[in-house]
Amino acid sequence: MDRPCGSFDENYKQDSAIIRTRTQWGWLIAFLILLATLPFITSAQILSTLNFIGITLIAVHGLNLLTGYAGQISLGQAAFVAVGGYTTALLNIHAGFSFWAALPVSALSAGIVGLIFGLPSLRLKGFYLAMATLAAQFIIPWCIVNIRPDITGGTSALIVPAPRLGGIVFNSQQSMFYIIMPMAVLVTIFVKNLVRTKVGRAFIAIRDNDIAAEIMGVNIFRYKMLAFFLCSLLAGIAGSLWVSWLRAVDADYFTLQESIWFLGMVVIGGMGSTAGAVMGVTSVRFMDLGVKTAANRLGELYPSAATGIFAGLGPFLFGFIILIFLIFEPHGLMHRWILLKNSYRLWPFSRY
Amino acid sequence: MDTFLQFFISGILNGGIYALIGIGLVLIFKASGIFNFAVGQLLLVGAFATWAFLKWLELPVWLSVLLAMVVAALVGLIIERLVTRPLIGQPVLSAVMALLALSVMLKGVFAFIFGPATVSYPADVLPGTPVSLSGASFSGELTWGFLIAVIVFGIVTLLFYRSRIGLAMRGTAEDHQLAQATGINVKHIFAITWMAAVLVAAIGGIIIGSKVGIGIHFTPLLGVKVIPVVLFGGLESIKGCFVAGLIVGILESIVGGYVDPNLMVITPYAILLLVLLFRPYGLFGQKRIERI
Amino acid sequence: MLELKNIEVMYQNVIYVLKGVSLSVDEGEIVALLGANGAGKTTTLKAISGLLKTEQGDVTRGRIEFMGKKIDHMSPEGIVKMGIVQVMEGQRLFKHLSVDENLRLGAYVRGNRGEVAKDLDMVFNYFPKLKELRNRTSGYLSGGERQMLVVGRALMAHPKFMLLDEPSLGLAPFLVKEIFEILKRINADEGTSILLVEQNAFAALSLAQRGYVMEDGKIVLDGLAQELRENEDIKEFYFGLSSIGQRKSYKGVKHYRRRKRWLA
Repeated sequence: MDRPCGSFDENYKQDSAIIRTRTQWGWLIAFLILLATLPFITSAQILSTLNFIGITLIAVHGLNLLTGYAGQISLGQAAFVAVGGYTTALLNIHAGFSFWAALPVSALSAGIVGLIFGLPSLRLKGFYLAMATLAAQFIIPWCIVNIRPDITGGTSALIVPAPRLGGIVFNSQQSMFYIIMPMAVLVTIFVKNLVRTKVGRAFIAIRDNDIAAEIMGVNIFRYKMLAFFLCSLLAGIAGSLWVSWLRAVDADYFTLQESIWFLGMVVIGGMGSTAGAVMGVTSVRFMDLGVKTAANRLGELYPSAATGIFAGLGPFLFGFIILIFLIFEPHGLMHRWILLKNSYRLWPFSRY
Repeated sequence: MDTFLQFFISGILNGGIYALIGIGLVLIFKASGIFNFAVGQLLLVGAFATWAFLKWLELPVWLSVLLAMVVAALVGLIIERLVTRPLIGQPVLSAVMALLALSVMLKGVFAFIFGPATVSYPADVLPGTPVSLSGASFSGELTWGFLIAVIVFGIVTLLFYRSRIGLAMRGTAEDHQLAQATGINVKHIFAITWMAAVLVAAIGGIIIGSKVGIGIHFTPLLGVKVIPVVLFGGLESIKGCFVAGLIVGILESIVGGYVDPNLMVITPYAILLLVLLFRPYGLFGQKRIERI
Repeated sequence: MLELKNIEVMYQNVIYVLKGVSLSVDEGEIVALLGANGAGKTTTLKAISGLLKTEQGDVTRGRIEFMGKKIDHMSPEGIVKMGIVQVMEGQRLFKHLSVDENLRLGAYVRGNRGEVAKDLDMVFNYFPKLKELRNRTSGYLSGGERQMLVVGRALMAHPKFMLLDEPSLGLAPFLVKEIFEILKRINADEGTSILLVEQNAFAALSLAQRGYVMEDGKIVLDGLAQELRENEDIKEFYFGLSSIGQRKSYKGVKHYRRRKRWLA
């Protein structure tokens, strides 16, 4: 149903291709060119939102692998992002690592911390696992703040130097865009392909029926741990980019609230769908931007209620939208998009 | 010795309130198999409602509290009808996500109405005179709160184990379809459970509010601590909830007092991780009866 | 008393299970509903008791009447209140509750009228064994005791009409006999009508006054129990006997069932 009629595969290579028609190639190239030129044509505010989208997308791809594909609920994604962020910051400040050297180390360290907190998944499912990751969400930031406040700055923020490459200093939204976006695109391609391999199929098998998967010979523990590792690995990359982008890091960025937002983006986009993650992140971040703008306007109109509107409108709308999606479209935006495409193709014979 | 007694008893007092809030989670989990992750925000419902009646309408304390109870029950009813009922039969993740979304939404509502600043009750809801016992003295609000918690806990337990509706709730907890075949209106039971749960959360919220004030940021964090408590006691166990509440309260207070006050914040979560690793069904949780 | 008029049932709006079933049960009657696995017997019972709605099934056509009232769109608990109680397959009970609590839940629909103690005595009269087990956790009962408990629980609601789904499932033959005898007594003493779904066709037809045979979502045969017992096809398919009363060789098996499927 995803392709126009008359488009057939003639060999295995075509059969396993992600991009199947010339039109799709055309759209993709046009999109990538547009993406590459965006820094020159958009406002600084939109650009900073786009950068934030790129970073969030990497973290959400990780969470989508773990929750959407492997079916393990995690309420601790923000904490793993924090691990990556702080690793980069500390290596930068105290060990003189460049951003490029700190990035892989951060990813790996977040991945390993993720493995540790993934251990309970050996015995736990559903609510219980959600609670184990909830513990991670409280324990990790606490450790960052309290164990060595002399290094991590405790509750106060650390200043992180901007990444450099040769003579270029990446200290503007525009320049960071060219680090963040290629990274986000690469991660998207990686995840999209990963879920089509043996590993991805094992994840899906575990999600759909873990006992059946085990009987079929899927080593559940190994794959669950792999899912946790990859999830936190991507979180670590996101964290590293995040602090280099903001050029500051503070434990307050990585609260339970942030983890809930990540999960919400996965749900809104459509669980177990790479393109869904992209849609979820993009729509939620732009919604947030819209809400902030609207809240500013409303605040000017009704100065007495300004603080309330500013603090309350975003969370309220976000929670409300997730609920609406859960109740009316649990398959997310991606599912809607596919229905829309199909009904366009089949018009006037479509039902939706 | 006196300092130990001081820490020990204030731990018990705190633990009683954890247990009180926890019983709401246990009831909901038993009846519908859903874990109430929104408990933190639900504390605020009763706490803020009481505050609003006291401050804005300038009602007497008893009436404010009574009206807040009514508000809490209504909120419980609305949550059941609009959030959890449409999700019956959906996967666990949907239920988790729905309650998280609910908590985010409630946070937005509270931030909108009451603003982000911490407020405290204009009048004494619970008597604040410290209570002293053999040289140690304890906060008056906490002592009264503990007494109230124990009484409410007793009432709920009695209702659950001795009344007709409690029996129906326990039946529903076991098997929804069979309960319906027996003539129990499962939807009513869910609604009653949610009303009761938000009600006890409201009582807990008022007690906490009268001790330390109400804030949209820190009050929910106190509520989230109840999650480890409930899990430690065993998700289905009312008795476990009480015992675990006291244990967590005492441990927290002693760790905070003797080791490091900062550690107090994460003690419940450390306990949570240990429980999950070694005894996921908790102290008194049901191991399913499987007859082969 | 109970009448099904040409009902059709679909699950999830796609799976077409009952394709026009009509049957009736009179006051004080015991009627057996026979058929192979997957013929739609349990679905018929669930359509009557309203439990279909808990499994995303729906009565899409036809009507079900109980004492002249249409009940096909009532809620399961409403139907129980009208006096129809289903005893579900597999001796389903509230495992973590005691025997006593299980029985009390059975009386839940009738409100708190203080008659519960009297009803308990009535149930213990039929099933003396349950009295000894009163305070046991029901999950640890044996198969026979469980069956007694589920029938007892249904009795606590004072049903005018009982739907029994395979009460003989997993029980030893002498226990089946005992349970069926008690059912007969209940029918005679309390005047409860019974619609009985059974795999054990012989036992069911010796208890029932009338019987229906279902196949593939339809009633293919009905009549007095006596007639059905004598029916050649029933003998062959359900009792495994040929007309002479011997085991039949498979060589000469009639193609009755297959012919039926073609027509369907």
